[in-house]
Order: sequence, then C-alpha cells, then structure tokens
Amino acid sequence: MRIEQHPPALDVDRLLDDPRTRIIVCCGSGGVGKTTTAAALGLRAAERGRHVVVLTVDPARRLAQSMGLSSLDNTPRPVPGSAAGAAGGSLHAMMLDMKRTFDEIVEAHADPDRATQILANPFYQSLSSSFAGTQEYMAMEKLGQLRRANEWDLIVVDTPPSRSALDFLDAPQRLGRFLDGRLIRLLTAPTKVGGRAYMRVFTAGFTMMTGVFTKVIGTQLLRDVQTFVIALDTMFGGFRERAEDTYRLLQAPGTSFLVIATPEPDALREASYFVERLSADQMPLAGLVVNRVHRSAAPQLSAARSLAAAEALQTVPAQATAPRHPLTVTALRLHAERMQLAEREHRLEESFTAAHPVIPMVEVPAQPEDVHDLDGLRAVGGELARGVGLS
Amino acid sequence: MWSPGGDSLHGVSARDTDWEGVRLHVVTGKGGTGKTTVAGALAIALAYGGRRVLLIEVEGRQGIARLFDSPPLPYAERRVAVAPSTPTLPGGDVYALAADPEAALIEYLEMFYNLRHAGTALTKLGVVDFATTIAPGLRDVLLTGKAVEATRRRSGGRQKYDAVIMDAPPTGRIGKFLNVATEVSGLAKVGPIRGHADTVQSFIKSPQTAVHFVTVLEEMPVQETLDGIAELRGLAQGGLQLGGIMINMVRPEDLAEDQLRAAAAGTLDQHELDLGLKDAGIEDRRGLASSLAAELTDHAREALAQRAQRDRLAEAGQPRYELPLITSQMDLAGLYQLAAALREQGAA
Repeated sequence: MRIEQHPPALDVDRLLDDPRTRIIVCCGSGGVGKTTTAAALGLRAAERGRHVVVLTVDPARRLAQSMGLSSLDNTPRPVPGSAAGAAGGSLHAMMLDMKRTFDEIVEAHADPDRATQILANPFYQSLSSSFAGTQEYMAMEKLGQLRRANEWDLIVVDTPPSRSALDFLDAPQRLGRFLDGRLIRLLTAPTKVGGRAYMRVFTAGFTMMTGVFTKVIGTQLLRDVQTFVIALDTMFGGFRERAEDTYRLLQAPGTSFLVIATPEPDALREASYFVERLSADQMPLAGLVVNRVHRSAAPQLSAARSLAAAEALQTVPAQATAPRHPLTVTALRLHAERMQLAEREHRLEESFTAAHPVIPMVEVPAQPEDVHDLDGLRAVGGELARGVGLS
Repeated sequence: MWSPGGDSLHGVSARDTDWEGVRLHVVTGKGGTGKTTVAGALAIALAYGGRRVLLIEVEGRQGIARLFDSPPLPYAERRVAVAPSTPTLPGGDVYALAADPEAALIEYLEMFYNLRHAGTALTKLGVVDFATTIAPGLRDVLLTGKAVEATRRRSGGRQKYDAVIMDAPPTGRIGKFLNVATEVSGLAKVGPIRGHADTVQSFIKSPQTAVHFVTVLEEMPVQETLDGIAELRGLAQGGLQLGGIMINMVRPEDLAEDQLRAAAAGTLDQHELDLGLKDAGIEDRRGLASSLAAELTDHAREALAQRAQRDRLAEAGQPRYELPLITSQMDLAGLYQLAAALREQGAA
C-alpha cells in the first residue's frame, strides 16, 4: 500500500482577483517557462478586470514574442489584442533595459557634468551592461518604480534567467554589499579628506595591492576604478541601503511569490532550495507551478498492459501475412511511454511534496506546440486556474 | 567511473570527423536544453581512440560532477570517465575541471609573475572578487584563459590533452564571454592583462577553436540559437569559428506520414483503433479508443512542430547533429548513448 500526500491546490484566480495582491514574482531556474507563466497570469488578471503590467527581465525578448509584440522597450506598452472587454481591465507589458535603467538612476541623482563623467567611465559601462547582479538589481529598482508610480494595480514580474533561482534574491544584496564594501572604502580613501588616518591602518595591504594591480593590470586601470568608485560613492551614499529597500518591498504585504518548475530533477531541486530560502527570508510564497507536465487521457490502461497488448498484436499468427493493426500498436506503445513518463514525473513531484507538504501546487500540462500568441497564453492561464493539484 | 559493456561502434576506425583540427570545443546553449549533458557526451565521444580530453566548467555549479555521478570537483583536473576500447581502437580518458576565476588568477600570478602569495592575500582581501565583479570581462578572460592554457599545455613531448571541451555560459552571454579582448580593452588599454587577453583571443579566433550550440526543437531555444549564431557571425571578423548545432532531446516519429497528417488534423480512423483494441483483448471502457486517438494527435502535433523548428535551424547553414530523447532518467548509460550518436554523425 502506498500512502500519498496531496498538496493543497493553488487557487490562481483567488490570488489574481484579490485586490490586495499588488505584485506577483515568478521565479525558478532557467528554461522552466517563467516568462510564459508571467505573461499568462498577467493576461488572465487583466481579463478578469485588473490593471496589469507585466515586467520581464529576459533579454531574449521571449515575452515580446509570446505577446505578439515585435519589441519591448523600457516603458510599459499596451498589449494589442488584450482589450479586456466587459471586465474593464487592461494589460501593459515591458521589457527591462538594464543599462537604460542604470543610466536613468545616474541621471536622476547626479548633476549633468558628473552624470556625463560617470556614464563615460569604462567601469561604469562594464558594470551597467554585463555584471550578472546588475540585472537583478535593476529589476528590483524598476519594480520599485512601477510600484511607486501606482498606475497599475497588479505588477507581474518575471525574474532574470539566472542559472540558479537564488541569484534573484542574492544578487541585489551582493551588488549593494560590493559597492558599499570595505574595498571600495579602501580605494576611495586616499583621495578623501582624512584619508591619511584611514590609510595608516591599511597601508601594508594597500601598498601591496596597488603594487600587484599596477604590475598586472596597469596603473590606468586602477585610476579608472578609483574615479568610478568615487563618482558613484558621492552620488549614491549607501547602495546597500537601496538594495535593502527593494528587498523589503518584496517582503511587504501584497507581494506573492510563485515558484516555477518543470517535473525534472534539476528544476525541482532548485524549486526546493528556493522555497526554503523564501521561507527563511520571510517572503510570502503563494505556491508552486509545475509546467510541462505529461498526463495521459487514458490512465485506466497501465503501461504494462498497454505494452503487453502491443506485443500480442505484433505476434503474427502463422496464417497471417502482416502484423495486425499497426496503428493500434503504435498508439499502445506511445501510450505506454506516456504513462511511464507521467509516473516518473509524478514521483518527482511527490518527493517535492514530501519535503514541503503544505505548499499549494498547480500543474500545467505540456503543450504539443509552443505558446506564441495571446490565445496560447489564454489557454495556459486557463490551465493555471484549473487548480488541480497532484492527481 | 563507469564504462559501457556493449558497444555499437565496433569496427569504427580512425576516420575523418567534421571538426578535424579543432582542439578547443566551446559548448553553449539556452538553459534547459541540456548544454552540460551534451558537453559531457562530446567529451566522451572525442576520447575514443586512445585520446585524452578535458571537460571544463566555468559557472561554478558542479554540473559535471552531477552528470558523471562523482563527488564535487576541485580546482584540479580529475579523471571522471573513460571511453571504452573497441577491437580496433584503444580506450580514452575524460578528465574534468571546475574552473573558478579566483583560483585561475592565483595560478596566473604564480605562472607569470611568481606571485602566488600575493595572489592568495589578494583573494583574502576580496580584491579578486572585487575586480571580477566590477569588470566581468576580467573574470571571463581568466576562465577562457584557463581553457586556452589547458589546450596548449604540453607534457612529455606531446599535447597534454588532445581536445578540451568547455561547458560555456548560456547563449545569451556567449558573445561577450568569447569576445574577451574587446571586453577587456575598454578597461585595460595596455599592460599585462591586456596582453593576456589578446593571446587568449587569438587562440579563440583561430581554427583550433569552434563554438557549438545546443538546442532542443522548440521555438524559443531555436530562436536563441539563431540569434546567437548571428551574433557570433557579427563578431567573427577576426575568424571566430562556428561549430555544429547539437539538437538535443529529439523525439522519434512513430507514425507513417499519412497517419501523422491525419492524427495532427484529428481525423484518424478511430474505428481502426477500436478493432485493434478488441483484437488485443482490451475492453474499451470509458472511451479508451478516443483517448488513445487524442494521444496520437498530441504526438503528431509535436512531431510536426519539431519538423518546423528543424527547418528553421537548417537555415543557419551549420552542420547539425541530432541526439535522441533519453526517455529514462539521464544517467551514464544515456550519456554514452549520446556520445555514440555524436560519433555516428561525425561530430567526433
């Protein structure tokens, strides 16, 4: 006898309809369908009467594709064809341009001369366009801006395509800590008033460090770093504080996290880590969405019986000239494969549930074709709202 | 370590492969396409025939250790698998290394400046973390530099490794990752780092390096692959060599063409299924025949969608290799199956 645990079903419509829900964050490891899920949720909420903006952070323009838009820029644009009709909602979408967002912060906080100087610094350009944490940091920044603008009553955000789901939570603080850290102080110290006293403490380390820096990367590089750091430092004050602010926004009432996974070992392992992390950080978790689940329309016929029947049909009787019913044989074999796959996926989900029994879950069946238009997103939204837990 | 028993490659002798002369294989791909798995399979495939290959990961996530079912890899080259010998070919060895930028920097400082202690001290102070954070180009040049160093390393009068396979960052980042000299040049116009970046860059742009793309036959991964190829073509003035497109997780088509079309259109002869089930002695309860017909329709639509994506990939004009979907849990047996598929198609 097998004792199965059934997780509670995730009620997506209740989440979307609750006016207190102001932010939904879709997170998970790469390639699990975060963007599609975010877009489908946004569309469904809009069609149920909410004013929604979907923010995607993915440079691959996937949201643009699935929403039938040719391009997205750093400003929310109405999604054509999503006119919400009777319910009176609306849907906008935007794709984060992280460099543009960073530039805007610089321009907003520095006088024109200083802003120009910072924007031209090679380190600024490198940091603002390619540091992995910048994307997460700017996503949070943009989320905060959208929230403060208060033009939408629901923001659905899709997290950056990091290798690990945890990067989304860690990166902003890492960047904040980094820009606020001891080493930055060390680099800026010599040029500050009172730097001498500060320097005395660090002299040995600093001399060696500049020595090695000069030898390995050259003095010009070191000078650029210093210029950059000083410019940023005087402009921003505490980066760490800023990162902590956005972090608190995520913990605030009205924010809900959805962890997205597929029924595969790596994706569910990531989901598991992430769920534990959210709970440790007191972030509000709404539930787990398992995408691309394979189900069978005929669970009454087991894989073993299906295979046995296929073999029986293929055993050619002495008087016959050809195998019987080739189409049925193919159907039975495909059915057996599907049942085996469904069983394997089911086992993986059960392992997750055993470790996290109270987390609401919803499955979205694998679509035979890719989702690339609003009808496809609508269908996914319908599956999300069906609220079926493990069957 | 594990080596397979049966071998479909008996009788394969030394023969030309599509990538003769390539010694550094860079493998990229979108998340979820099985990039690390394919890199591992390629490493095994290249090791056949008494060759020694090194598989390097650069993203610090121990994907190779998981793939080969081994304990976490240190910053050291460890043997993780063997390519079995065949009657005509001796066996080979696959080594693996989890490269990380801090260790690579310390090694670099020691190798070129005899500055190991300084490097260790800098790491403790957080300088390395700082430098590689503020300028990812520096981080990338340390990692690609390590791969190039291993590729060029000699030992006992011969190349230490016949081939090096790098499990590289995903498609979205690969252009920047490989374009190290340009990425670093904005930061360091002169000096040793610049010199190092230029050396690394010239190897990456030489005919000894090829960049392979891993994808699956779905719309978005295919789009990213095509975008990635276009991006690298744009960077290729200096001769960055595009490699093959490794199409992973290809599902077989089990229906004859006319049945496939009918199934996709939902016009299959359900009566034929009814008769077949009856003949097999299965009682049709709860509309079994129509449920099976629906599953055939799903299968056919997937197959047609796969074909459409395959046609799009063909437009890229790069050699393509197809790797079957491993329906059981991915394990070492599956990995050797993929390696065999790569060899049969001439990728290694």
